[in-house]
Amino acid sequence: MVTKSKYSITVSASTAQIADVRDFVARHAAAYGFSDEDVHDIRLAVDEAYTNVIKHAYNFDASKKVKVKISTGNGKFTISLSDEGTAFDPASYEKPDVAERVMLRKRGGVGVYLIQKLMDDVEYRKDGKYNEILMSKKR
Amino acid sequence: MSSFTIQSRTSGSIHILELNGELDAHTASHLEDSLKSLIEEKQFNIVVNFSRLDYISSAGLGVFMAYIEDVRSLGGDIKLSNMSDKVYNVFDLLGFPTLYDILHTEEEAIVKFTI
Repeated sequence: MVTKSKYSITVSASTAQIADVRDFVARHAAAYGFSDEDVHDIRLAVDEAYTNVIKHAYNFDASKKVKVKISTGNGKFTISLSDEGTAFDPASYEKPDVAERVMLRKRGGVGVYLIQKLMDDVEYRKDGKYNEILMSKKR
Repeated sequence: MSSFTIQSRTSGSIHILELNGELDAHTASHLEDSLKSLIEEKQFNIVVNFSRLDYISSAGLGVFMAYIEDVRSLGGDIKLSNMSDKVYNVFDLLGFPTLYDILHTEEEAIVKFTI
């Protein structure tokens, strides 16, 4: 029998919420049986995705909301973040040249790359006004 | 909410920033303010001690990305020390060990300034 479970929270798109979002996801990842290292990877991937929503989808408008959902099943732990802001276009994304960015004193721009490195699968969906990023890790 | 503090001290002409807690998009501005203050005070030899830093996201790394070349062009450097494996792994994933001096101990970082 396959056991499936789902959990969700809806939070303001504010950096003040990042720690709570990280802790919510990390708690469930640990309960799902991931190693400390995997829990850390998941915690960081969610932080990066949530920070990108705050910055790029909502342009730091803390009145906006982000829904964070966790679903598990078939040995896979999936986190989804959905927003109603400006959509991210994965087709226009290029791997960052960190050395060049440092030379140009450009900060950031590495979150999407980190998420890809930390998780097994990353998918972006758009449904009407909703954007969703789904990040999965196998147990 | 993310908790983050910085303790500042000196060792001769070297400035040491000791980070405590979690460095993310919420707390990165605190580190940025500290680095800016040091640069304004013309303190360009800086060691950042990570021994009490539990967590870093790319927003935290971004602060170092934004300031290290400025400090180097002014004749100094920002050297990093005492990272936990988890924190080091984030720097490593992005290739930072080839761009920054990352040392095991604060003493090694301080000595590097004299070589």
